[in-house]
Amino acid sequence: MGFFNNMKNRLTGRTHSVTDKFRDGLSKTRHSLAEQMNNLVKKYRRVDEDFFDELEELLIESDVGMTTVMDLVDRLKDEARTRNIKETALLKDVIIEVLSDFLIRSKEDTELNLNPSGLSVILLVGVNGAGKTTTIGKLANRLKSEGKSVLLAAADTFRAGAIDQLQVWGDRTGIDVIKHQEGSDPASVVFDALQAAKSRKTDVLLCDTAGRLQNKVNLMKELEKIKRVITRECPGAPHEVLLVLDATTGQNALNQAKLFRQASEVTGIVLTKLDGTAKGGIVLAIRNELDIPVKLVGLGEQLNDLQTFDADAFLYGLFSEWFQSEDGADPESLN
Amino acid sequence: MAFESLSDRLQATMKRIRGRGKVSEADVKQMTREIRLALLEADVNFKVVKKFVKSIQERAVGQEVLKSLTPGQQVIKVVQEELTDLMGGTQTKINFALKPPTVLLFVGLQGAGKTTSAAKLAYYIRKTHNKNPLMIAADIYRPAAIKQLQTLGGQLNIPVFSLGDKVSPVEIVRQGMEQARANHHDLVLIDTAGRLHIDEGLMDELEQIKEVSHPDEVFLVVDAMTGQDAVNVATAFNDRLSLTGVVMTKLDGDTRGGAALSIRSVTGTPIKFVGMGEKMDALEPFHPDRMASRILGMGDVLSLIEKAQATIDEEKARDMQQKLLSVTFTLDDFLEQIGQVRNMGPLEDLLAMMPGANRFKGMKNMQVDEKKIDQIQAIIRSMTPGEKTDPDIINASRKKRIALGSGTSVADVNRLLKQFKDMKKMMKQFMGKGKKRNPFNLPFMQ
Ligand SMILES: Nc1nc2c(ncn2[C@@H]2O[C@H](COP(=O)(O)OP(=O)(O)OP(=O)(O)O)[C@@H](O)[C@H]2O)c(=O)[nH]1
Ligand SMILES: Nc1nc2c(ncn2[C@@H]2O[C@H](COP(=O)(O)OP(=O)(O)OP(=O)(O)O)[C@@H](O)[C@H]2O)c(=O)[nH]1
Ligand SMILES: [Mg+2]
Ligand SMILES: [Mg+2]
Repeated sequence: MGFFNNMKNRLTGRTHSVTDKFRDGLSKTRHSLAEQMNNLVKKYRRVDEDFFDELEELLIESDVGMTTVMDLVDRLKDEARTRNIKETALLKDVIIEVLSDFLIRSKEDTELNLNPSGLSVILLVGVNGAGKTTTIGKLANRLKSEGKSVLLAAADTFRAGAIDQLQVWGDRTGIDVIKHQEGSDPASVVFDALQAAKSRKTDVLLCDTAGRLQNKVNLMKELEKIKRVITRECPGAPHEVLLVLDATTGQNALNQAKLFRQASEVTGIVLTKLDGTAKGGIVLAIRNELDIPVKLVGLGEQLNDLQTFDADAFLYGLFSEWFQSEDGADPESLN
Repeated sequence: MAFESLSDRLQATMKRIRGRGKVSEADVKQMTREIRLALLEADVNFKVVKKFVKSIQERAVGQEVLKSLTPGQQVIKVVQEELTDLMGGTQTKINFALKPPTVLLFVGLQGAGKTTSAAKLAYYIRKTHNKNPLMIAADIYRPAAIKQLQTLGGQLNIPVFSLGDKVSPVEIVRQGMEQARANHHDLVLIDTAGRLHIDEGLMDELEQIKEVSHPDEVFLVVDAMTGQDAVNVATAFNDRLSLTGVVMTKLDGDTRGGAALSIRSVTGTPIKFVGMGEKMDALEPFHPDRMASRILGMGDVLSLIEKAQATIDEEKARDMQQKLLSVTFTLDDFLEQIGQVRNMGPLEDLLAMMPGANRFKGMKNMQVDEKKIDQIQAIIRSMTPGEKTDPDIINASRKKRIALGSGTSVADVNRLLKQFKDMKKMMKQFMGKGKKRNPFNLPFMQ
């Protein structure tokens, strides 16, 4: 009860569309998990080993990964003990608290770090097909609607049709794309884009890069070079290096985060495709083991399907039916 | 994260039960815990893991430990075999239509690799079966999807049928099929847009595409990095479209690829091909045994074990060990030992197959110098029987003769003799501590 009210308060004042978007995106998907959580609480009225075993399984099924699942469950056990919680219904609040803590530690975690005066450079990196180019389109749209001038750099010169794909997003958003021929050196595309951004006094330059698997040494070196060029041409840049991560990814995402960070000092994660049924639980593991925050969330393929990561809304979507059963309230009546 | 391989995981348990003849129930319990963790870390769906571990438990208890294997290796072998079985037969043939054209439909989530895989397969089948393919661009949603397929078609010199992005995909496919027949294409590959399995509208569209194209293969293209959700995705696509095969992409990465096992065991759909890179020739038929090893994180440890079983006569090895312990281990024995290892294949290959070989300190920088081994063999062969059994009698003039006979130098002969002596000394110390040698730890591999 207490937690639900808290959550409700935290959510009031937030626009309808944000929570809806999240719920629409997430609740279909969280369905089974929420249902299971529900059953879980019904099945085990008391907090005991069986309860934790099953909770463990739920988290594993969300791709959280064993190490972090064990960490989380240990913490929950500690909390239950110190707070003397014996009923599973009450422990739910604690579970949400602990997960919230894991996801967002401070406001800066989810805010894009932009240069208040002058050019900001954002570099998007990630494995093949994660959603880099699409995210650039969405992010460009959002920045533009905030009144910023934006420029795109087509530094994926490798994949067939990649430049055209970015150009379509440029056309959709009315934003210029700096591009070279397919097969040309990506670092020199970025170099040109930086010069253009400087001379046009652009606010934000978004750099698309080719998808690369983190174990490809040469491709990771290429990324390092791109980043070096950015820093050389524009001290203090890149202001953000966003690792684009497909929410359906399993444990390999940890490798991705680790090696991309090594090569390009990743500052945040964009978690895409959360409109599917994948839970994206691996971001808990990435937060736990590498301390990289999620900044943005992709919830579809259209221009507006990008949201700032919001742990409350995320968890609300995750456990919406669970809350519902506790209070007998319809989630619809929330807003 | 460098996940531990199953064999690493089992080390501890193995130590405990080494030397015992049978795998006990308690051992199995310990091991199944490790197996469970290894599979979960490999992204095998946890329900599949549960079922699997149960079957392993039943198989492993009470097993006789083969003479040639440690109990741990034995369990790994059981696990690997079971995994391989689960992932189905080795043969992954394409269903060709009796009446051409053969039609392949590619479906899957966004970004899985459909467009790339369609082009790769067109290229592959044209090469292996001498077909005349046509690719149909039926993705009208993703920006530049048609352009992407056309570019690939251009690179491969394979025609692409397109009606732009203003005509419905079903209509595009219908007309594409007509064109294929008219132009006598005997192979048609249909690239569709990525879609979520819960997107009713787009799943309907796929059903309609299937209806108008009568595909001989419906391939679900799946990213090898997919986590627990793979079962939901595969089940939904399979329910709607009756999949005939899976193409698993991006296996050139460092993912374990447990999704392969999940999908196979939940839908029964065989994995037919794997994508090993972005280039058009980076496509391979699926090998369940390799995939099993990969999921377990073991390199090709099983092939190594099998090779060892086949070539090293266990009794002989034991004999050799005895000889080493006593002072009767001769240069002749040494020569034979080298020969046995050599029979297993090039040493570099053997080492490459050993899981974690590069993780051991000594191993990392160790280069197996095949030439050196040739040299050693030559030197020993130039010795008289007397010299081989009692190298102490080899004086300066004998050394000169041996060097001459083997095409080496006296220094080389000296080095070998010293190594042999050191080795014997080392082995004696080693054995003195009661440690058992395993047949892979040959002197020149240290
Ligand atoms: N449902 C859904 N699809 C998405 C989302 N983000 C991207 N996609 C789709 O995922 C596919 C791949 O997206 P891209 O933006 O091309 O991915 P990328 O990382 O640039 O790919 P490469 O450049 O080939 O490495 C496209 O079909 C996108 O429309 C999302 O949040 N939700
Ligand atoms: N490393 C590697 N990359 C691959 C492989 N297969 C595909 N890719 C890459 O993955 C990304 C997505 O591939 P696409 O073929 O565009 O995927 P798709 O399923 O057609 O994507 P949508 O049409 O947007 O749903 C591209 O960058 C490809 O180059 C593979 O086996 N290995
Ligand atoms: Mg891209
Ligand atoms: Mg495609």
